[in-house]
Amino acid sequence: MAEKLDLHLNKSCKRGRRALPQQPHPAASPPPSPQGGGEAAAPVLRLSGITKRFGPLVANNGISFDLKRGEVIALLGENGAGKTTLMNILFGHYVADEGTVEVFGKQLPAGDPRAALDAGVGMVHQHFTLAENMTVLENIALGTQSAWKLRLDRAAARKRISKLAGDFGLAVNPDATVSTLSVGERQRVEILKALYRDARILILDEPTAVLTPAEADALFRTLKLLVAQGLSIIFISHKLHEVMAVSDRVLVLRSGKLAGEQVTAETSRAELASLMVGQEVASPKVAEPKIGAVALELKSVSAAGQGSSHRLDGLSLELRAGEITGLAGVSGNGQATLAALIAGVLKPASGEVVVQGASMRDWSPRAALGGGVARIPEDRHAVGTIGDMSVTENVIAERYATARFSRRGFLDWKAAKNFAEEIIRDYDVKCPSPDARIRLLSGGNMQKLILGRALDPDPAVILANQPTRGLDVGAVAFVHRRLLEARERGAAILLISEDLEEVLALSDRILVMSKGRLSSPSRRGERTIRELGELMAGHGEGMAA
Amino acid sequence: MEQAIEILFTASFWVAAIRIASPLIFATMGELICERAGVLNLGIEGIMTVGAFAGWFTVYSGGDLWTGVLIAALAGAMFGLLHATLTVPLGLSQHVVGIGITLLATSLTYFTYRLALPQVTTPPKIEPFQPLPIPGLSKIPILGEALFSQTPLTYLAFATVAIVAWVLYRTPIGLAVRAAGENPSAVEAQGISVTGIRMGAVMVGSALMAVGGAFLTMSAFNSFFFEMINGRGWICIALVVFGSWRPGKALLGAILFAAFDAYQVRLQQISGGVVPYQVFLMMPYALSILALILVARRATYPKALMIPYQKGER
Ligand SMILES: Nc1ncnc2c1ncn2[C@@H]1O[C@H](COP(=O)(O)OP(=O)(O)O)[C@@H](O)[C@H]1O
Ligand SMILES: [Mg+2]
Repeated sequence: MAEKLDLHLNKSCKRGRRALPQQPHPAASPPPSPQGGGEAAAPVLRLSGITKRFGPLVANNGISFDLKRGEVIALLGENGAGKTTLMNILFGHYVADEGTVEVFGKQLPAGDPRAALDAGVGMVHQHFTLAENMTVLENIALGTQSAWKLRLDRAAARKRISKLAGDFGLAVNPDATVSTLSVGERQRVEILKALYRDARILILDEPTAVLTPAEADALFRTLKLLVAQGLSIIFISHKLHEVMAVSDRVLVLRSGKLAGEQVTAETSRAELASLMVGQEVASPKVAEPKIGAVALELKSVSAAGQGSSHRLDGLSLELRAGEITGLAGVSGNGQATLAALIAGVLKPASGEVVVQGASMRDWSPRAALGGGVARIPEDRHAVGTIGDMSVTENVIAERYATARFSRRGFLDWKAAKNFAEEIIRDYDVKCPSPDARIRLLSGGNMQKLILGRALDPDPAVILANQPTRGLDVGAVAFVHRRLLEARERGAAILLISEDLEEVLALSDRILVMSKGRLSSPSRRGERTIRELGELMAGHGEGMAA
Repeated sequence: MEQAIEILFTASFWVAAIRIASPLIFATMGELICERAGVLNLGIEGIMTVGAFAGWFTVYSGGDLWTGVLIAALAGAMFGLLHATLTVPLGLSQHVVGIGITLLATSLTYFTYRLALPQVTTPPKIEPFQPLPIPGLSKIPILGEALFSQTPLTYLAFATVAIVAWVLYRTPIGLAVRAAGENPSAVEAQGISVTGIRMGAVMVGSALMAVGGAFLTMSAFNSFFFEMINGRGWICIALVVFGSWRPGKALLGAILFAAFDAYQVRLQQISGGVVPYQVFLMMPYALSILALILVARRATYPKALMIPYQKGER
């Protein structure tokens, strides 16, 4: 494989960039900078003093940096640090309040994506910008041919796409409809879109967040090939190991400010992590559990599978006060079904749900909430929050009808707002105001709000389903700390996670779920990662009958 | 009973069906373009009224027929511009704006009519488009007669379907329109103005709706009277859904509906008054609802339909 890639590389190097002709663009012939001696070369990109405010929130605060030809910069930062905002300004989606962007020595007009594209800036957005009802070819060709042409030149587009795909290892069928593509394929289409327009500067916003490890490796190989062609890359991530692997230089963003700049070869993961969150990140200290009575019990429940998740057949489970029960497993093995069941969204077809000693006959979300079950849902966008409603409305969504938030059938907005402000303060949520629509928050901040909402009533049972998925180190540590505190207070916690390290770090008792069944439990430290892995694959002893 | 079936094999029935379909075809294509770009245009009923009046009045005031069609289209485009300004850059509710445009356009038309012709009691007539049989083709029994002995405006309606389909699926601009209705950020990320595309689409779509209205006064009938659009615009909204936002399927839908309509008129004549005529009047609509239930559940609609796009927001 490596050999083959090298081959491509050599070929395309010899032909050079001009082998991929299309619209000539002025900045496209950079001065022949000798490899390695690039220090003196003019930067391809220069940001100077970029500041951007959203209401009272300063998303970017006086950020300046240069990008050199053939260089890979990693932009590192927690969720909500302002990485996406900065790149959106560079690309012209947002208009900066202050500061300028220069590409190849020329200042870009503000708020004009077309100008950025023409100057050779290509961007792969965090949320893909593809029209799903159209084909790959159509998405790539969109906007590249004169609008008044009576016929889209598909043949030329197809030829160019397959050439680029071959040169850079971006295999994708140009005639496939985008809705049928996997996430990895969609990302390749996004990269092709940029290359098709002769991008000289490629911005990738959290490109690996959605990829499998194998796909991520393929992406890194592609990036190497691009750099060899003289492209400059800005790679956004909050995963330290990736940043260390792909970049030449790391810029760390914290709360909208440039918190540090490091040459990758001269720094360490630990140093970057502390720059990123502004303090040392320590793994949580776990005290001995003070295990109490059974808070929630499932007695041989059966339920139909939820979505693509496995069905449950006569499953039994006990959650005890003061204990974190970790549920490991490959997704789709029934975790989602179990979570829906505990949350009351799904009624058991047979079997019994017992909450604090009382058998629940009419099991429903309301009954679950009333019984003291709090939940952190797996999908915070689709289930955890209502994007177009305000932060305040979202935090009272589960309890608006209680005496705390309503008076004689009318909502008590004052109490609601106070509550929202309390969570924002106590959980360190970065958001413009309690009235902001919740969709404007970054994932980590959204999760903190959900956590605050769930933990506030001091619940007896906490269902934490993938509570840290997609969060950065700082936010992960925060969520872990709060869950452990809740355990100290005597909550019974079910932690469902695909992240085995997380399960191992937090759980007092570990269960593995496979094909809708639970393994026998193991105490902290009893089973090794290997043994758990075998159970997850459905082998090994200890799979309960 | 036999009579009822015989109707289906008479040329006159199909000629009528195609004639009834023609205004629906124009307006449906207009609505389809708007919706493909992501804008629901409920101004359709009013814009058709404007077109009906503008085209007819141009000819009544001495213009020739094609000038009338052009003026109707321009008038429609102007109301489209108003609709688009409110719904696209300003991002107002497409439902409210659409209904507002319909009320405004309709009342303004009646008002202008009264101002221009204060004294008349019977609506004045014009010399409308005449059938233009295509030599040879119009001699083919039933089908040929139905399709090829119509007025030039009907031929234009069919040509419009082909043109709309071509533009949407074969040209760069069509690509941008479809993408704007599916995922506007895809359009912006490729350096195209979503606002520009959507406003253009609504204006062109509204022009077509107005020509649909003009068909009624300049081809189907020969004068303008109040309430003459009579809900046809709303039917076109349903036809777009029926056609799954595809021009070809929407054309079929329009012909199907028109055929029901032509059929019920003929059934009324042979039923001899036993069944109240309202039942027949209702028939095309009832059947349309049935067809929608069967077809539209599988329809794939443009994902960004009715969602305003504001640059720099998320
Ligand atoms: N269009 C917007 N309107 C209001 N607030 C925004 C908008 N875009 C981003 N923000 C806010 O700016 C901050 C930075 O967000 P973002 O750049 O997306 O962070 P990152 O990409 O580093 O996770 C966040 O607190 C976010 O809520
Ligand atoms: Mg981001």
